[in-house]
Amino acid sequence: MAYEPSLTKYVGEPNSYTLDFYLKHQRGYEGLRKALTVKPDDIIEQVKASGLRGRGGAGFPTGMKWQFVLKETPKPRYICCNADESEPGTFKDHVLMERNPHLLIEGCAISCYAIGAKVAYIYIRGEFHHVQEILEAEIEKAYRAGYLGRNVLGGGFDCDVYVHRGAGAYEAGEETALIESLEGKRAQPRIKPPFPASAGLYQCPTAVNNVETLCNVPLIVLNGPEWFVGIGPEKNGGPKLFCVSGHVKKPGVYEASMHTTLRELIYGHAGGMLDDRPLKAMIPGGSSVPLLLPDQLDTPVSFDHIQKAGSLLGSAGLIVLDDTVCMVWLAMNLLHFYRHESCGKCTPCREGCDWLFKLLARLEAGEGRSKDLDLLSGVSNNIIGKTLCAFGDAAATPVLSTMKLFRGEYEAHVREGRCTLPAGWRATHPTLVAH
Amino acid sequence: MSFHPPMEYAPTRFHKSERELAEPGGGFTYTPENQAKFDANVKRYPADQRKSAILYALYLAQNQQGYLTAAAMRHVAQQIGCTAAEVEDVVSYYTMFFTKPVGTYVLNVCRTLSCALRGAERVTEELIATLGIKPGETDPTGTFTLLEVECLGACDRAPVVMVNDDWHERLDPDQVRVLVDAIRARGRAAFSGCHLHKEKM
Repeated sequence: MAYEPSLTKYVGEPNSYTLDFYLKHQRGYEGLRKALTVKPDDIIEQVKASGLRGRGGAGFPTGMKWQFVLKETPKPRYICCNADESEPGTFKDHVLMERNPHLLIEGCAISCYAIGAKVAYIYIRGEFHHVQEILEAEIEKAYRAGYLGRNVLGGGFDCDVYVHRGAGAYEAGEETALIESLEGKRAQPRIKPPFPASAGLYQCPTAVNNVETLCNVPLIVLNGPEWFVGIGPEKNGGPKLFCVSGHVKKPGVYEASMHTTLRELIYGHAGGMLDDRPLKAMIPGGSSVPLLLPDQLDTPVSFDHIQKAGSLLGSAGLIVLDDTVCMVWLAMNLLHFYRHESCGKCTPCREGCDWLFKLLARLEAGEGRSKDLDLLSGVSNNIIGKTLCAFGDAAATPVLSTMKLFRGEYEAHVREGRCTLPAGWRATHPTLVAH
Repeated sequence: MSFHPPMEYAPTRFHKSERELAEPGGGFTYTPENQAKFDANVKRYPADQRKSAILYALYLAQNQQGYLTAAAMRHVAQQIGCTAAEVEDVVSYYTMFFTKPVGTYVLNVCRTLSCALRGAERVTEELIATLGIKPGETDPTGTFTLLEVECLGACDRAPVVMVNDDWHERLDPDQVRVLVDAIRARGRAAFSGCHLHKEKM
């Protein structure tokens, strides 16, 4: 049976983002209407029964996260929607917010009802200004139509949804850093515990959920948890968006079940390798996860299968690499990113990323020494597990993973004193491009 | 004598006497429109949490005069009800705030993996050649600023260049000159915007 998309079915239609279109074609706000007829705890039970796992990267069960949100407190509760999509290789939330914003708005409203919050903040990254304009205009329309605001749909439930614009910080995608940024501070992670569920935004109980996660909530309420479980393998149910980028013919966002294999994504949905070159490796879940090799192409892209294969599904950002990619360059490129984005709070990450980048840049320039390889793994292992948030582990992963799978390339750089794979798409004068 | 290897940011370089302060700037106050916008935005947050509006307040100030001066930051501090140091703390963290004048058009080339795989380094090279400035610099006429930025979250449309708040997607290195000429000739009208608005996915 062919897969029927439910999150992105209409994103190609010119007016898919409008309220009228949403009401007409996507049973718009019926989920919210239905949710308001049952008790908030029943919504949490339904989401738990669906087994919905967070789509932002960690894959934590959403229902459980909501259940942890402290109820016995006089303080207000909050939903924070994480729309700070910054993981290299990830661009799915962008599509949802731009082409199907009402699904997110409805998801925010239902989630607020479920955990007893009255306000949801959508933290959108600063670079998505064009998306923010659409989202805010559509939120305004939802207010006017009575889906948000005071006494939503006459059910006695108040709900406000606000968009909060970030200003360029990858680290703001970490849930406690996002809360810090929302509070008007530097986006740096907090020490956990306490977890946001007990002391989050303004020290109030808070649930932080990814855009795609919240978009699945109205679908679960409307179609029932069984429908959701029925799509995809056990414990990996529901529709999933996959972002395919890099050396493929048709990069883009593809919706599929988690039964789909890497091969189907690359050679089916994305049209195959660019210029029909051979596949060298894949990064299956955004830049922070270990690489997979072509012999793992038949792995289904589910949280559990990818983990069993030795990597992580993360944010489902599949970066495809052909045989022209130098793995030392790849690690250097990514460490430039992590060095720049490290928030600076934990010493191992702040200093370590910088040293890793310097070592890799030296190797790539052909000035590396053989002991640099040991130094690279030494520095990496001194970052992993020694930081407050997962950023440190994420930053060391590209180095350790490429060194494990392609050690020969590192050694060749040292031996020959030059980059052994300078591809045509790289800079012709590497010194001109700033490091 | 320190056993610590020399680092770019060792204390010798960041001695307070060498610290670059933000430009003092002339007297700064919001225009009445911006003041109204700020007053509306701050209501989104609980009354005792005005600091949440700090990023919005800074964007308003930056859009009003192109970059943030010390005077602008003091004005934001007054509006929020915090110290100027707290404002500077935030400004210095986020990459989208400028404390120096920038060109009318800020070209942000995404340099992270997916864009790099599709030729972003070549796009930067072409921009360097076309504009005669290096990343981080502004041309003498104050028209263009060239920046290399990290992942913009548009990897399917690589390589991407963000011009101010607009995106130019799938920018072939050979088309760079055409884009620069078009911006020179037609200004903002040359911005192509986000492709998703126009094309089917």
